[in-house]
Amino acid sequence: MKKEMSLIFELSSPGRKAYSLPSCDVPKKEIKEMLPEKFLRKNPAPLPEVSESDVVRHYVSLSHRNHSVDSGFYPLGSCTMKYNPKVNEEAAKFEGFSTIHPYQPAQTVQGCLQVMYDLQCMLREITGMDAVSLQPAAGAHGELTGLMIMKAYHRHRGDVKRTKILVPDSAHGTNPASAAMAGFEVLEIPSNDEGLVDVNVLRSTVNDETAGLMLTNPNTLGLFEKNILEISDIVHKAGGLLYYDGANLNAIMGISRPGDMGFDIAHLNLHKTFSTPHGAGGPGSGPVAVKKELAPFLPYPIVEKIEDSFMLNENLPQSIGKVKLFYGQFGILLRAYCYLLSLGGEHLKRSSQYAVLNANYLKEKLKKELSLPYDTICMHEFVLSASNLHDYGVGAMDIAKRMLDEGIHPPTVYFPLIVKEAMMIEPTETESIDSLDQFVKIIQMIIQEAKTTPDKLKESPKYTVVGRLNDTLAARKPIVSYKSH
Amino acid sequence: MAPYYPHTDQDRDKMLHFIGLSSLEALFESIPNDVKIKKDLQLPGPLSEIELLETIRTLAEKNVSGVPCFLGAGAYQHYIPAVVSQLISRSEFYTAYTPYQAEVSQGILQAVFEYQTLICQLTGMEASNASLYDGANAAVEAVSMALNITGKRKVLISQMIHPEITQVLQSYLKTLNIQWDIIAESEGSVDLEQLQKVMDSDSACFIFQTPNFFGIIEEACEVEKIVHQHGALLISIVDPISLGILQPPSEYNADIAVGEGQALGNPISFGGPYLGFIATKQQYLRKLPGRIVGETVDANGKRGFVLTLQAREQHIRREKALSNICSNQALNALAASIYLTTMGKQGLQEVAELCLQKAHYAAEQMNTLPHMKLAYNKPFFKEFAVRSSINPIEIQKKLLKNNILGGYPLGKFYPQYQDCTLYCITEKNSKAQIDHLVQCLEVL
Repeated sequence: MKKEMSLIFELSSPGRKAYSLPSCDVPKKEIKEMLPEKFLRKNPAPLPEVSESDVVRHYVSLSHRNHSVDSGFYPLGSCTMKYNPKVNEEAAKFEGFSTIHPYQPAQTVQGCLQVMYDLQCMLREITGMDAVSLQPAAGAHGELTGLMIMKAYHRHRGDVKRTKILVPDSAHGTNPASAAMAGFEVLEIPSNDEGLVDVNVLRSTVNDETAGLMLTNPNTLGLFEKNILEISDIVHKAGGLLYYDGANLNAIMGISRPGDMGFDIAHLNLHKTFSTPHGAGGPGSGPVAVKKELAPFLPYPIVEKIEDSFMLNENLPQSIGKVKLFYGQFGILLRAYCYLLSLGGEHLKRSSQYAVLNANYLKEKLKKELSLPYDTICMHEFVLSASNLHDYGVGAMDIAKRMLDEGIHPPTVYFPLIVKEAMMIEPTETESIDSLDQFVKIIQMIIQEAKTTPDKLKESPKYTVVGRLNDTLAARKPIVSYKSH
Repeated sequence: MAPYYPHTDQDRDKMLHFIGLSSLEALFESIPNDVKIKKDLQLPGPLSEIELLETIRTLAEKNVSGVPCFLGAGAYQHYIPAVVSQLISRSEFYTAYTPYQAEVSQGILQAVFEYQTLICQLTGMEASNASLYDGANAAVEAVSMALNITGKRKVLISQMIHPEITQVLQSYLKTLNIQWDIIAESEGSVDLEQLQKVMDSDSACFIFQTPNFFGIIEEACEVEKIVHQHGALLISIVDPISLGILQPPSEYNADIAVGEGQALGNPISFGGPYLGFIATKQQYLRKLPGRIVGETVDANGKRGFVLTLQAREQHIRREKALSNICSNQALNALAASIYLTTMGKQGLQEVAELCLQKAHYAAEQMNTLPHMKLAYNKPFFKEFAVRSSINPIEIQKKLLKNNILGGYPLGKFYPQYQDCTLYCITEKNSKAQIDHLVQCLEVL
């Protein structure tokens, strides 16, 4: 497996075919009878020409060079890499869903609309909010949508001074990026020494230019913002809105709800909390939930139920508009729907409880190995720091690369920014105690190595298909497509 | 009942004991009582797998599927080769995470590098990213790029692009207080005179679509002259299947090419998940939003792939990022790549030609009917608008009674075309299906 792998273009040979199409069954006309020559391609697109078994061998080989949740543990903080149930994949393959055109008349898509309507209701219940849009395609997209709603709300009140969004210094990069994309200015609120939002600084920062505060709770350190009601009060009294980044919802399902904490707008990550597959980088899904005062601003259409039928209501005159073609990532919505039906309320709550149990178990086991900046009961994730290994010349990156040789995906490194040499660990509830103990053993071994033979870490990974890759070269001289010469 | 967490009561007790807590509830003491839920969540379930699949089956049967379909309008029934669905079902692909740890993600990184290359081969452009949420968001990002590159503040939008793309663009431009002008259609395509009149030195870009929403192929070369004359950028929304035979955007010097990639190996799935592709000239590479995979080497000189130019992205630049996008549509891009490599140089041409032939046959047949006439006698690819003296909604209802999903009534988006329907014919529509459609239309 260590030999270099060809690109599909390097396997191409003129005349090879992998496709199967029927011959033309309508009377054929000359192309130039139908289209003027100026509209035609001068040369065919230079796509590769390979056989079907070439295609299959190529992609199967690629799959062997890819780590996945189905292959092993992925303790990535902030990502909730939980098990992706296979029955949900079966459900998504039903032709009665996968072949449905979004513009079919409403009476021919009642099944799809019911799935969406029921999911809207379930997400309302879980978040404690009043209305839901399933349209946004990912978490960051949900954030942008939520911020657009915030802007529309203030504009509607005639309040155009509110140009600033506050985010904690521990916030995920998408928070300030989404705020900037929505045309806001971003102000950072520092964390106090407990790792929580500094309420005093918040109080002195909010004013009539504050559109809102974006928070995730638990926060990115895995700590519950226990002052949340006070924070909500401060922001609301200043005329701002409170936004919930749902990335960490896995810690509190059935235990606490953003709606009850005072949040006005929330987005959810179906590909995190609700088990839909990450797809190696998408598709995700980022529904937005709001309190009733903000419901008129949601993107249209919303699925509604009139007696026994479902319909798509586009008549939302104050809506921010559409944020996506059609209605949302339906195939992903369907999977999340299946997940929720499979679990029901009781197992959903248990899932959060075990996610938090797993995190605390790992934290207690690992705090002897690495430094733990916040030594308190955590929620579903916690942050360690590799700064205690500084004297050995080893950092979080080296530990991460060494883990790759043990077949384990490293935790999130260098995030959140407020912890030096951060390693954020989120086991999720789908890991067993055996899996966790195995992980601890590996970390212990690596830490030992770091202290006695740190070069071993510096040289890793050695047993993956490629060694450490030259990022600098890739950025300095970008080659972003294959060019045959 | 599989709730997916593996803990037995013994496991739980052992772990609690190690932590030094007495119960699961004790883990949540940092949550103030005021914000703790007092009663259980009111949710349906739990269901076993058998019950779940029964429920899903019942719901699926409430949808009309498995009948001839002549709907297009942005989502297309193209054939998906069997290899595509088989290969993307491999869990090493679909249960993987974003490839931040490159050494164990060479599979998806190489696949995305190949996807980027295939998009360039298809569109003739020089650089592509790893995909965006859909065609509409790709249009938004392209416009954002044009605003960024030119520093100008006005956007011109063709009336004949997909109306939902226009709506998404407008949501975004409204939020940012950016002005836009709609360039009206004339006889079903861009009114070049109006474009010439409205375009000025404040215009950042003109975004148009070809084939356009009515299926008509636009005079791209004429459009290009006008747009570049004024120093604006040309953004072209294209149908990837049409590029099997139609002129790619590079040939008319488009600055940015975008489109909806669903037609490339992705199921129609009631509107999503799809994928947006975006490709541009080499000089604008560093202005592309989202993930980009680049080629590099390891310490032994072995070729490998990494996410590159990350300084454009949210996790590095935060509020200074070019876009907030985090997740792309990796699995859909993978399906598109597998489709394009399976079809290959020959196959894509053949698919496009089949669509062209069948669509023209259908249009010809419909044109012979007394109550129907092609709206415009202009070159088209696989979609065409037909005017009828019978109300399109009535036609739709009657066709449904014959188990046919007819075309899309255009009146909803274009009030001046209340009497028109947009039909789409692909390689999946057999002559028998088309003839049956025409027969049913004849007796209306």
